[in-house]
Amino acid sequence: MPGTILVFAEQREGKLKKSVLEALGLARELAAGAQVVALVVGDGIGSIAGDVAKHGADRVLACDDPSLALASADYLAPVIAAMQSEKPDLVIFPASALGRDLAPSLAARGGYPLVTECLGLVRVGDGFEATKSMYGGKVIATWRTAATPTVATVRPGVHPAVPAGDAGVVEAMTMIAASTGRVRVKRVIQAPGEMVDLQEADVVVAGGRGLQEMKNFGLIEDLARAVGGAVGASRAAVDAGWIEHHHQVGQTGATVRPKLYIAAGISGAIQHLAGMRSSGCIVAINKDAEAPIFKTAQYGIVGDLFEVLPLLTAEIRRVRA
Amino acid sequence: MFCFCRRVWRAGRAYVEEGLLKIVVLVKLVPSSEARIRIAADGRSIDPADVELLASAYDEYAVEAALQLKEKFGGEVVAISAGPDKAAEMLRKSCLALGVDRAVLVRDPALDRTDTLGTARALAAACRRETPDLILCGKLAIDQENAAVGPQVAALLDLPHVSVVSNLEPSSESAFVVHREIEGGMEEIEVSLPAVLTANKGMNEPRYASLKGIMTAKKKPLDTVDLAALGLDAQAVAPKAILVSLKTPPVRADQGIIIQGESAAAKVAELVRLLFEEAKAL
Repeated sequence: MPGTILVFAEQREGKLKKSVLEALGLARELAAGAQVVALVVGDGIGSIAGDVAKHGADRVLACDDPSLALASADYLAPVIAAMQSEKPDLVIFPASALGRDLAPSLAARGGYPLVTECLGLVRVGDGFEATKSMYGGKVIATWRTAATPTVATVRPGVHPAVPAGDAGVVEAMTMIAASTGRVRVKRVIQAPGEMVDLQEADVVVAGGRGLQEMKNFGLIEDLARAVGGAVGASRAAVDAGWIEHHHQVGQTGATVRPKLYIAAGISGAIQHLAGMRSSGCIVAINKDAEAPIFKTAQYGIVGDLFEVLPLLTAEIRRVRA
Repeated sequence: MFCFCRRVWRAGRAYVEEGLLKIVVLVKLVPSSEARIRIAADGRSIDPADVELLASAYDEYAVEAALQLKEKFGGEVVAISAGPDKAAEMLRKSCLALGVDRAVLVRDPALDRTDTLGTARALAAACRRETPDLILCGKLAIDQENAAVGPQVAALLDLPHVSVVSNLEPSSESAFVVHREIEGGMEEIEVSLPAVLTANKGMNEPRYASLKGIMTAKKKPLDTVDLAALGLDAQAVAPKAILVSLKTPPVRADQGIIIQGESAAAKVAELVRLLFEEAKAL
């Protein structure tokens, strides 16, 4: 009989991450009759816990406390408490900044096997088998765990989310270990809510060296706004100081899998392709017909991006209107 | 267990009287990001032929950060790597030649096929012998891309950690204020020493080795230790997650098309039609 699956249902600033619904979808698929339990941690999270309960969780543990308002390493204590009460054989975290922090810590503290950035995850024997990208997307590796509980982080944008359905039960979780106070989040400098999250976006519009200077990133931002997408950048654009590093896509930046990736003025170095080659549909706009990005793109326009981008923004606005 | 002397921060001056800042940097030997990766005959490792091995890119930011802190406040920087014999060369070239004082290579056959936790246990044991104030490493190694060893070393040593740090400054007695990258923004975090920080790109500009540095590096201490020397055995690093196979990723089936048209406007109109009607990507 397969054991319980615990899902860390991450919220930031009162918003549930899309990747949580995907993690719940994966958990539901792997549950095979066993329970899916979700853990929500934060301050004032009642309605989020209710949402989670409608999206595939049989039970939701809500750890609600003013001291947990900001996401931090303090979120590990409720996870450990949930491990003790639920005795799951799999714990799933979204591969977010927070999930990537908590999962390895949990695995090290418990001596549990860890698989990270999972694309696929299936039950094999008493354990799990996970696939993930390695070496900058040049290799797909399969990792197997035997001992349980297995701790996994799951890449956003890979698994289908669970549609809303019957609500599971929400239970308040009272146990809170006092914070050690050794890591203190002072402030969030740019609220994540203000812009579309690169890794959760359905559309990413990315600019590179072809933009020539910082102010021209406005063309990328305009198109991103028109399609409701996030702004990405190549390493060249980040290194030139035109845009901050958290917009960088590629081996030394974010890996994204949007439904649509539009690369403008990006030549398509292998390190950049590593971060976006699994996107659903790739569009390349480049004046150099020989640019390697065209080999990865489904649709290409050879042309001057300063002419093409404003036209594309206007045309999408027109069709959508 | 871990026991640190208290070190007092004096504004604008070094950690005086009570001792100097001691920093450990964890560095991993990995294939260059430019390397062509071929899967070996065993189907689960990389063919080493013609693959240039280097210090992982993010670890270079950690080394640079450690050296800058040492230059500013005095102290000692020790580089530690768990890896094959070839990692010794990397420790000389990418650490000692740049100004790192000493290096330790943890070399043991039991580590060859271990997982992140096994590696973290070996590195944590090596760190414990050094009792550092600060442990720095890259946010992830560019080979297996787990981003796990830094946080796991912290957990095993019961130290606080902050991952994906792009900026760090001492803030008060025994604490640093750091900026950490999160989705679409930054967090400003204060962390008490001793602590583990993992370096993101943009933290600094790693330096190159000078000729003098390369010459001096030859004489700097580089110890090789096995697990037994660290009080561990093969069982302690036995992998709980096992790499069973490697595959090359599937090639995109759809051969792309270059959109033709008489004008940019005509090409754009056709692209938008394809995106809405064919690809249904919008």
